[in-house]
Amino acid sequence: MSMLEEMPIADTSAGEPATVTGRKPVSRFRLVVSRLRGTPRFWVGLVGLVAVILWAAFGLIPNAWNATDLDVYNMGSSPTGLHWFGTSDIGEDIYAQTIVGLRKSLVIGLLVGPLAAIIAGVVGAVAGYLGGWWDRIIIWFIDLLLVLPSLFLFILLSPIFKSLSWVALIFLLAGFGWMIMARVIRAQTMSLRDRDFIKAARFMGVDTWTIIRRHVLPNVSSLLIIDATLGVGGAILSETTLSFFGFGIQAPDVSLGTLLAAGQGAAATRPWLFIFPAAILVFTVLSASLVGDALRDAVDPTSGVNRD
Amino acid sequence: MIGFIVKRFINYAILSAIATLSAYVLASLILNPAGRYLGRNPRPSDETINAILNGLGVNPNTPVVARLWTWLVNLVTHGSLGDTIHNTSVISEMAARAGTSLRLLILGTIIAAIFGVVLGVWGAVRQYKASDQVISYASFTILAMPSFVIGILLMIMATGLNNILGMQLISFTGEYTAGLDGGWWTLFLDRAAHLLLPTISLALMGAAGYSRYQRSAMLDVLSADYIRTARSKGRTRGSALVRHGVRVALIPMSTYFAYSFATVLAGAAVTELVFSWHGMGEMLVQAITESDINAFTGAILFNAILVLIAGTLSDVVYAALDPRVRV
Repeated sequence: MSMLEEMPIADTSAGEPATVTGRKPVSRFRLVVSRLRGTPRFWVGLVGLVAVILWAAFGLIPNAWNATDLDVYNMGSSPTGLHWFGTSDIGEDIYAQTIVGLRKSLVIGLLVGPLAAIIAGVVGAVAGYLGGWWDRIIIWFIDLLLVLPSLFLFILLSPIFKSLSWVALIFLLAGFGWMIMARVIRAQTMSLRDRDFIKAARFMGVDTWTIIRRHVLPNVSSLLIIDATLGVGGAILSETTLSFFGFGIQAPDVSLGTLLAAGQGAAATRPWLFIFPAAILVFTVLSASLVGDALRDAVDPTSGVNRD
Repeated sequence: MIGFIVKRFINYAILSAIATLSAYVLASLILNPAGRYLGRNPRPSDETINAILNGLGVNPNTPVVARLWTWLVNLVTHGSLGDTIHNTSVISEMAARAGTSLRLLILGTIIAAIFGVVLGVWGAVRQYKASDQVISYASFTILAMPSFVIGILLMIMATGLNNILGMQLISFTGEYTAGLDGGWWTLFLDRAAHLLLPTISLALMGAAGYSRYQRSAMLDVLSADYIRTARSKGRTRGSALVRHGVRVALIPMSTYFAYSFATVLAGAAVTELVFSWHGMGEMLVQAITESDINAFTGAILFNAILVLIAGTLSDVVYAALDPRVRV
């Protein structure tokens, strides 16, 4: 609860850019960083995220068991000093399995978020900059994907991706995770299009792709960074849901989703099989989304629907 | 206003139609209905398999475009969506399941919308106060949970509650108790008891998302000049907030509702599966695991129609709230 009490003081200071009082104009980057520093939500999320990543990397070292070890003398045991998170009904150490699953889920989330943001940036910038038929076709495509829930498309495409490795899942998740952000980027690009510096570049004969790469994308980069951060949590959620129903990560690989699926049947009688992985999952996604939310506020504290 | 709504409706109708048709084509390209017969022992002859697949209209040897055309012609002339792989008609399957899904969806969405709007407005009016912080962090936490985790956590809690009370107060497996005898009232109570947890699960997710959005929309409105004007001409604070604040803040909310409805549908499907309800979500997932192209398209059509209705409704709300589109 301590983080709740901290909120009001810091958020009021975050609202007003106190750094502008200096004689030299403050750069946008410095301003964003100073706003971020004053947002407890950012620190809570960042510390949480770093802790989860460090734990995923080094958490297995103090543990006596590996994810594949079976302790036949302690099958289905509740959390003890020997097995910190308890064991499954065939004696797998849940602590070790949770860390291995978390690693996979984290890798997927941390790759899918930025990848989807890049797709969103390129598609949105192309639609907004070129306009006309390109724009219309892309917008229709985006709207179509918004009407068809992407979860159903994932499940439909899963027979193909099941036979490939789990890396293919990353591209599948990124391939359907960019639509909403692409619309936002498109709207931004349309207003950038008529600015003088882009007009100047166009009249100098710079080709379209270079203008998009050199002038449009850097100007929407803050949005893309936010999207990449928020996308991490979203990707982990999609991955676990898919794996939970058996459409995502397949048997020899372990992710938090497959772990939760294995623990689901015993959720009421042996809750440690479900509660511990679920808590780690929620903590990870929550940290990532807090960081993303704080970033959004810091970059654009006055924007209407985004303001917090 | 009518023109605006009709225009939006046609837009949504075309989108839904294209979504359904592309779902049919995608499913035809990816799913392999023959696999179900090839694995049998003894293996049916190729002629038998071909005959079965031709009867269902899903033979991979026929070009996809031809199959799509037959499917469309059947839909227009007979109003039929084809047969499932179990040789029942897709329409009858959908009729048996749609009620289950609709009950959950309608109740869950309405509760989510009401709670989301109220909590969002409350949080904006009391910005940075303790209640706002609690609502904010609670919705962040709920948004960080996959829907199946919410469902299972609710089940764990309900089991705990039932154990403490020593009786089956909340039942949560399936849609009703099988083989329950009794009058109309007993059956109704039984269904209501089963509906409780799935509805809470769906409503929690929706309310968390809506309240975040409503809060930021409301914050935007609160700093606008016309609220101050309304106050200075003598309106009470509450009246100014509701008549000039909430009303305006609901306008972007109605658009968000339409765009987020597909997410709600996916969440409802997951909730149905977790609580082992035999609804449209289960039909969709089963259709894919059984390589049933017709049933899959039927389920997608159901979803597309719901998106169409939700989108049109939100446009009606939009037009009712925003006088500019009525001109």
